[in-house]
Amino acid sequence: MRTTFVKTLEAIAAKDQNIMLLTGDLGFTVLENFRDTYPKQYLNAGVAEQNMIGVAAGLALCGKRVFVYSIIPFVTFRCLEQIRNDLCYHRLPVCIVGVGAGYSYGHQGATHHAMEDISIMRSLSGMTVVCPGDPVETECAVRTIATHDGPCYLRLGKAGEPRLHTSVPDFHLGKAILMQEGTEATLIATSTMLETAVKVTKILAEKGMLIRLLSMPTVKPIDTDAIRAAAIDTPFLVTLEEHSPIGGLGSAVAEVLSVHDIRTRHLLISGPSMFTDTIGSTAFLRRQAGLDEESVREKILHFKK
Amino acid sequence: MAETIAPIANDLAVKSRSVRRTIVEMAHRAHCGHVGSALSTVDILSVLYHSFLRIDPTQPQWADRDRFILSKGHGCTALYATLAQRGFFPVAELETFLRDGTLFAGHPSARHVPGVELSTGSLGHGINVGIGMALAGKRGEKNYRTVVLVSDGECDEGSTWEAALTAGFWKLNKLIVIVDYNKIQSFGRVADIMELEPFAAKWTTFNWHVQEINGHDHAEIARALSKATEETQRPSVIIAHTIKGKGVSFMEDTVDWHYWPPSDDQKAKAFSELCD
Ligand SMILES: Cc1ncc(C[n+]2csc(CCOP(=O)(O)OP(=O)(O)O)c2C)c(N)n1
Repeated sequence: MRTTFVKTLEAIAAKDQNIMLLTGDLGFTVLENFRDTYPKQYLNAGVAEQNMIGVAAGLALCGKRVFVYSIIPFVTFRCLEQIRNDLCYHRLPVCIVGVGAGYSYGHQGATHHAMEDISIMRSLSGMTVVCPGDPVETECAVRTIATHDGPCYLRLGKAGEPRLHTSVPDFHLGKAILMQEGTEATLIATSTMLETAVKVTKILAEKGMLIRLLSMPTVKPIDTDAIRAAAIDTPFLVTLEEHSPIGGLGSAVAEVLSVHDIRTRHLLISGPSMFTDTIGSTAFLRRQAGLDEESVREKILHFKK
Repeated sequence: MAETIAPIANDLAVKSRSVRRTIVEMAHRAHCGHVGSALSTVDILSVLYHSFLRIDPTQPQWADRDRFILSKGHGCTALYATLAQRGFFPVAELETFLRDGTLFAGHPSARHVPGVELSTGSLGHGINVGIGMALAGKRGEKNYRTVVLVSDGECDEGSTWEAALTAGFWKLNKLIVIVDYNKIQSFGRVADIMELEPFAAKWTTFNWHVQEINGHDHAEIARALSKATEETQRPSVIIAHTIKGKGVSFMEDTVDWHYWPPSDDQKAKAFSELCD
């Protein structure tokens, strides 16, 4: 996803000199081409994320559109108040690009994991939260964000995520993408869990259970219409995210159900709200968290009963 | 003085080479990077763990122990290898490094590894926490020292300079910060990304006792530490000039070896340079 992100941004930057990319001293084998091709639109702000957000705000106040790049915890949690006051309060067109959704950094350990970021970013006033599920959605998201007014958080996985969309979807901020029609349930997935959702949908279809699959790349603003329609058309909803259960996609969907008094059943599948006790690869941690295909499938089948 | 240091230095040279081999071995086996980051700290850690820190591997939580924080957590293989050598756990346990279920992650976890005082991995936290430890020692009239090893890249962080201001003002004389000044950070050279010079002068004006040393010379490191402990009014910073990747010729002073895992051939070549 990060390669798609930077390739897309390069194409945009070539045409729009107001686009700037700031990095918190990261980008080896990823940002070199941008750095060398658009030196006037690039800055390595060093390992100083709070300062970097302030600088981005200043640039944006002078007419620039700024993308700020680092690993998720460092470009969100570290500089949260700068994001809140300098970016959100001033409604500036700055996109925070975080790499390493969920357990993407696997055995690098808890300091590098990102299981609370959607929640925290979503709670900020005026912040748009975009969590693409594959490289195709990433490209669409970057193109859309580049023309979007206001602060944005772009949550990326890491590298090597497969393409899940066979064609370019009709992508709009705040809109779900229908990936598979079905009647027995609606599975809503975001970010790094879209791949798992696609596989689970397929396995369930083979077992004769046809479910609707919605990709939800924008977690804020959430697509209320798609949730309402799913609640009407299918007997229950399942949300799936590589995030804590607090404040992420599942919470956003539950809020819609509650605020709009939409009656349905909702199974929230997420990781736990705690640091991992064990150390291991991304796949290992996802299994531990019950976010592997088998666990997700079993949870859905159990909930169906 | 010279007499006591000479045999120690000899022994430390052997110990440091052994740690360097373990670092390369771990990175090769686990297919991971940060080798250069670890290699640049080895000599400092050797002096700390074998001739300076008052610690007891059989009681990692001993209340009066000296505290050590590896603030540049990504260099953890050097710490793991040194802790193992010092007897905190068997060296063989390091074979599990980065495997599923291991205690040894890519950044050190105090929850998992005996002897690790603080879980790090996000840069620019170590000195701040070290200040708290030093302050607890001072208020509790304890004699322990707190040593924090930071990278030059970390000195970009505002938190580092908040800590510098605070410790200087609070006169935390039992706090020693060592900067692993290898002149390289993640995506280039310090001089190109965020120049720190005049570096020593910055610490001086923040009311620190400042020493600049060769961070690969065991005797110099030992002398600087001992001098730092003589301070009665100021915290100490030891600016250790180092070489990222030190000890393996083709890894020295490159940005690349922040990232690459060593191949079979590279491991063999590294070992041939690190043999006793
Ligand atoms: C707060 C924070 N921002 C960014 C990173 C990502 N990162 C890991 S190492 C590193 C810099 C490496 O250079 P340096 O800190 O000088 O360490 P060394 O050269 O000794 O390896 C960066 C930016 C991080 N770990 N923490």
